[in-house]
Amino acid sequence: MTETYIGAPIRRREDVRFLTGMSKFVDDVKVPQMLHAAILRSSHAHARIKSIKTTNALAIPGVVDVITFEDIAHLAKPIPIRAYALPGLERYLQYPLAREKVRYVGEPIAVAVAETRYVAEDALDAIDVTYEVLPAVVSVHEALRDEVLVHEENKTNLAARYTISIGDIEMAFRQADYTRREEFKVHRHTGNPLETRGLLASYDSGRGELTVWGPTKVPHLNRAILSSFLNLPEQKIHFIEPDVGGGFGIRGEFYPEDFLIPFAAIKLGRPVKWIEDRREHLMAANHSRDVWCEAEIAARRDGTLLGLRAKLYGDMGGYIRTHGGIVPASTAALLPGPYRIPAFECAVHCIMTNKTGLGTLRAPGRYESCFIRERLLDMVAADLNIDPAELRLKNLIQPTEMPYVLGVTRRGESPTVFDSGDYPMALKRALEKIGYGELRQRQGRYEEGKYHGIGIACYVKNTGRGPFECARVEVRSGNSIAVYVGLASLGQGHETTMAQICADTLGVPIEQITVFHGNTDYLPFGGGTNASRGTVMGGNAVYLAAQEVKRKVLTIAGSYLGMVPSDLELRDGQVHGKGAETEKPLLSLEDVVPLAAPTSRFNPLEPGLDATAYFKSDQMTYTYGTHVAHVAVDPETGKVEVLRYVAVEDVGRCVNPLLLHGQIVGGVAQGIGATLLEDLVYSENGQLLTTTFMDYLLPTSTVVPPIEAIILEEAPSTLNPLGVKGGGEETSLATGATLANAVANALASFGVKVTELPLSHNRVMEWIRRRK
Amino acid sequence: MKPAPFEYFAPENVPEVLALLEQYGDEAKVLAGGQSLMPLMNLRLARPKVVIDINRLSELQYIAPGSNGDLAVGALTRQRTVERSDFVQRENPLLAATIPLVSHAQIRNRGTIGGSIAHADPAAELPALSVALEAEFTVRSSRNQRVIRSQDFFLGYMTTALQPSELLTEIRIPAWDPRWGWAVSEVSRREGDFALVGVIVLLRLDNDVCEKAGIVLFGVGAAPVRMRKAEEMLRGRRADGKAIAEAARIVSEDLEPDSDLHASAEYRKEVAGTLTRRSLVEAISRAREATKR
Amino acid sequence: MSRKHNIIVTVNGKTYERSVEARMTLADFLRDELALTGTHVGCEHGVCGACTIMMNGEAIRSCLTLAVQTDGSRLMTVEGLARPEELQPLQTAFQERHALQCGFCTPGFLMTAYAFLEETPAPTEAQVREAISGNICRCTGYLPIIQAILEAAPIIRSASQER
Repeated sequence: MTETYIGAPIRRREDVRFLTGMSKFVDDVKVPQMLHAAILRSSHAHARIKSIKTTNALAIPGVVDVITFEDIAHLAKPIPIRAYALPGLERYLQYPLAREKVRYVGEPIAVAVAETRYVAEDALDAIDVTYEVLPAVVSVHEALRDEVLVHEENKTNLAARYTISIGDIEMAFRQADYTRREEFKVHRHTGNPLETRGLLASYDSGRGELTVWGPTKVPHLNRAILSSFLNLPEQKIHFIEPDVGGGFGIRGEFYPEDFLIPFAAIKLGRPVKWIEDRREHLMAANHSRDVWCEAEIAARRDGTLLGLRAKLYGDMGGYIRTHGGIVPASTAALLPGPYRIPAFECAVHCIMTNKTGLGTLRAPGRYESCFIRERLLDMVAADLNIDPAELRLKNLIQPTEMPYVLGVTRRGESPTVFDSGDYPMALKRALEKIGYGELRQRQGRYEEGKYHGIGIACYVKNTGRGPFECARVEVRSGNSIAVYVGLASLGQGHETTMAQICADTLGVPIEQITVFHGNTDYLPFGGGTNASRGTVMGGNAVYLAAQEVKRKVLTIAGSYLGMVPSDLELRDGQVHGKGAETEKPLLSLEDVVPLAAPTSRFNPLEPGLDATAYFKSDQMTYTYGTHVAHVAVDPETGKVEVLRYVAVEDVGRCVNPLLLHGQIVGGVAQGIGATLLEDLVYSENGQLLTTTFMDYLLPTSTVVPPIEAIILEEAPSTLNPLGVKGGGEETSLATGATLANAVANALASFGVKVTELPLSHNRVMEWIRRRK
Repeated sequence: MKPAPFEYFAPENVPEVLALLEQYGDEAKVLAGGQSLMPLMNLRLARPKVVIDINRLSELQYIAPGSNGDLAVGALTRQRTVERSDFVQRENPLLAATIPLVSHAQIRNRGTIGGSIAHADPAAELPALSVALEAEFTVRSSRNQRVIRSQDFFLGYMTTALQPSELLTEIRIPAWDPRWGWAVSEVSRREGDFALVGVIVLLRLDNDVCEKAGIVLFGVGAAPVRMRKAEEMLRGRRADGKAIAEAARIVSEDLEPDSDLHASAEYRKEVAGTLTRRSLVEAISRAREATKR
Repeated sequence: MSRKHNIIVTVNGKTYERSVEARMTLADFLRDELALTGTHVGCEHGVCGACTIMMNGEAIRSCLTLAVQTDGSRLMTVEGLARPEELQPLQTAFQERHALQCGFCTPGFLMTAYAFLEETPAPTEAQVREAISGNICRCTGYLPIIQAILEAAPIIRSASQER
């Protein structure tokens, strides 16, 4: 395989349409006769619905319908769990519209459909709902008492519970010279892609076929669920993926609206469009990261880690969503991180409260576990008087120990095995880049009104979630090569990276390749994009399909030329004799296309220069890295200024360093924002207080520091032909830990503990005030 | 988030506006720059039956120096116009320094001086600035015209002395004393945000003794707060570290700020003292420079 | 309240005469009435900047402006930036520097940058950083956007000097 494109910083081919306003996001798609929907959402956190009166709403000119549970009852059923279906969670599922009760502010109660969105919102104002307000439970501690029950029929708010157990934890704590116990709280926040959710559904009643624009991230999986809800065969449902304005884990649930909008289109006989507004988004799209953890670590006096045990509580909200218990389960699964900790025990609890449901957000559970573990390590280091970097180097798993079998850390799954990696190298490179040797001297020092601190965090992340991905490569006349891949785009650049892989594997110029993704019609199966699986799963599927096409090309060319295929090679879109670099090509790829036709006598294989391939994997491959930050804290205002941020990431093999660099800078910036600014705050009675961008604060250009990203390729994956590992989510997961450690380091003289996030001005001042 | 329906008027001159305000009273909202009102309307938190768009009133867009050195600014003057005004840059450094702190350029392109003042967000810079500068506001209705002192204008959370039938037409800023030392500083979670705590300080020295001081806090309560006790303490005192510390302490102790999502009352009390101290240092330094010249 | 108001507005050099409801925002007018969907809506309360366009030469939030207020005005949207044959230096620089990922915020940044460079043709990095601080991007972390604007600035300057 020639390597012209893989590993090169190829500029993205999809950019032109975004730069000229020619892109097509779902709200840019317009079809004739389109109606607009608006969702009536509960304004109470916990209430019984006594009545819903729609007469006034229906009387408004331009309002076409108001849909309530009665209208969907014959089709309605709970939205199923697609992953992390811990036993017990299935009792807490959500129907697409509230039945007799609402359990979180923002829960859909009705759908108004009108000629314009403006009129649909007028209809919402005119729908008269009578609630019997119930007390709301808004904290995990309170919910555990089971006094206010979110789902009374289940008699408890503890939806699921299980324990992970590796090694002999009792012995570890008995043998330890030193133990430390702390409580940690990771704050509830969310991804806020700049484009909110949106759907446009159109039903052809003549053919009984439904087309939906807008579903993304896991279109095949969601189509299957929708098919089962509507009793409409999957093949009659066409999902079309337009351009998508970011994901970050927020898209891809099967949300209530994913049923409601297609339902409305079918019921009303006209296309229905629904574009979520930002206020809705903040209260209805996935919330995440809300975990509370009691953690205890055991070590020898010299800093050797012996054991880690924890009790983890996930605040799941009012209903369990399609990703089940992913947040607390994933927090537990990699809590030990890239370290050698012989004994590990973690009790995982999923607790229901009257808040929005907890779902995926970039690297679910791993931002949380990294924060908990890396804070603990810094506490150990401080208590035992060992340098934090030294402590980590001492305990990081060594390359000679690879593959490292951690054990079963996800309930009911195969053991977690770190396939390859040089964890100490990543740490050393990060320390070197920030100049740790010299910078150390400024730790805790007060300079020009600010305290300086350094924070370190090491992480490992599972990527390339299987079990399969599908790709198809097709060559047609006119030098047109199409790659179809079962991934979905959220903005990462698949149209470029998949083209790079195909170009190198097949041996053609990249300009001839177009990549198609996201539409369910392209491929029979697709895994979608999530869990950093794009390059690993999609990339390898494309690789396999392209290889197969190349094999076909050479077989057919050989048959035509009367040569043995193994004496031929495909380079730059031309068939050459192998080793005959300077001679003229024997055939062009375009010449081979008609030779592959169904009627051709030169083709001993299936007709057509195309191939579909599946890359299967039941093992994750582990990306890893280290972040280090230098901060300055103003003890009089609580302001945390990030002076420098270094992010080292090893992806095994990097397909496009320009794009990966972009993911790292973007992910770190996102994580810094989440750690310093973002917070979804509820009042005592379950009202979401942060429903606009005035109160939910996202990082802007003045918040983001200089970010230095280093991409390593020290440890290619042993689990796939390309040797790649995923790189997309892990870039933000260490930011909480890194900045928290840096702030604790800076304020060491105050003895602040930093066991909570975000690191807001107010919280930092409170810590300082308390310790003074 | 689309606004609720409303009746819309875009009058051509002030008497027309006043007639409409007389007719509709508190059912109407005046739309100037829209940077504060439109978000509320889009969120349907404000649902005026009538919107009176005053953007055609070019007669209210002016920056006019008066004969005695005071400055008259038409209420509809865009914040960006004031920011770019050579006169303001030269003649009122505090105004020149405060305007860029207001949100972002795109907001200031449309936002007006009068709009910000009439909207009276307690965390906004311009209302506090007008109090610190002891500005006066000309307010007109179809029946009469009056002048309201800034110290009497801001009554509470987004509440002013403006009656429903009245329109703010002019802001008059007293002549800038070249001997003023000044400072404006705020703590916000991101640049351009509303302040968690903000301070504006003006003071005048005579032989390094404080002759007059103005200390106004914003972001700390329902309206800008003038810290008169601290100002009194400073009058006649030598401008040294002890006086500064004491003034800061009085501000911190006296203040009874609100708690909200972003900061607790304790935070605001403490940081108000810090910012006062820092601002006094800066203002005194400028005042000393000014007396040298 | 569905009374319509007549407006005449010039967008990207083309004049349109339309009849609009008073409450229709300028962002929705551009996108739905004029089918200029390059301007995007991210928050509808003036914070994210995705809806930024130029009105009478200044960058403004189209979600906070009523369509009816643009009668007699001259507007420019991202569609007006691109020449049919080739990209402007700003757009080229954005592509070179990978200053866009999902592309949703991009039109708002381009318009903000365009307006900013007209006023400040030779900015420092700090000035660029401040100029874009009213626009939100969730994907790139801003650094490549700052670099792209700094890269485009001298090219735009020399092109305008030639004119």
